[in-house]
Amino acid sequence: MSTPIDLSDLDRLLADGAQLAEALPAEEYAEGHIPGAISLPLKELSRTSASVLHPTRPVVVYCWDSL
Amino acid sequence: MYDYTPGKVDWLAHARPIDGKRSGDPTVGDYARDDVITCRLADRVGPVREQVASSPYPFALVKSDSGVLLGRLRRSKLDCDPELRADEVMEPGPKTFRPHKTAAGIAEQLAERDLRWAIVTTPEGKLLGVAARADLEAAG
Repeated sequence: MSTPIDLSDLDRLLADGAQLAEALPAEEYAEGHIPGAISLPLKELSRTSASVLHPTRPVVVYCWDSL
Repeated sequence: MYDYTPGKVDWLAHARPIDGKRSGDPTVGDYARDDVITCRLADRVGPVREQVASSPYPFALVKSDSGVLLGRLRRSKLDCDPELRADEVMEPGPKTFRPHKTAAGIAEQLAERDLRWAIVTTPEGKLLGVAARADLEAAG
């Protein structure tokens, strides 16, 4: 289960070294993404694709919006 | 694991920078100037009228103490009793735009409605500035 956060929470987590991952398709990531985010398209998520994440640092994921 | 549920659109709507192919595309936020005359709800309109007279904008904007946009005072409406308060004269809740919208797109919307200015705010209504349609059209 993930914990929902807002922008101020995001700022704090990033300042503390959290990893950031965009779950949108790679094309949308390429168009524009939050600086520092990696591309982890939800439809392609696997143990392999997620292995790029550090195992102990917090991870923040995001999409386009909350819908 | 955390989920930034408001998402990328929320980040953009708060005028945060992005990386990627579109990072250089001009947005309405890029052209929003913060030199519009502003006042508080309880301010008397007399002094505001004088400031607007020498301002490049034909209006002043009414903000809360925390910077949230509450209304607009058009120059035409300021020709009234100078002792009236801003909240008695203002037009509440003017149309606003988010900063991440493209300059060309907003210019088109303004042209369709024959408007010259775009008031730019965050999703929470915090005033970021005012963009001129002429600047947006030149950017496109």
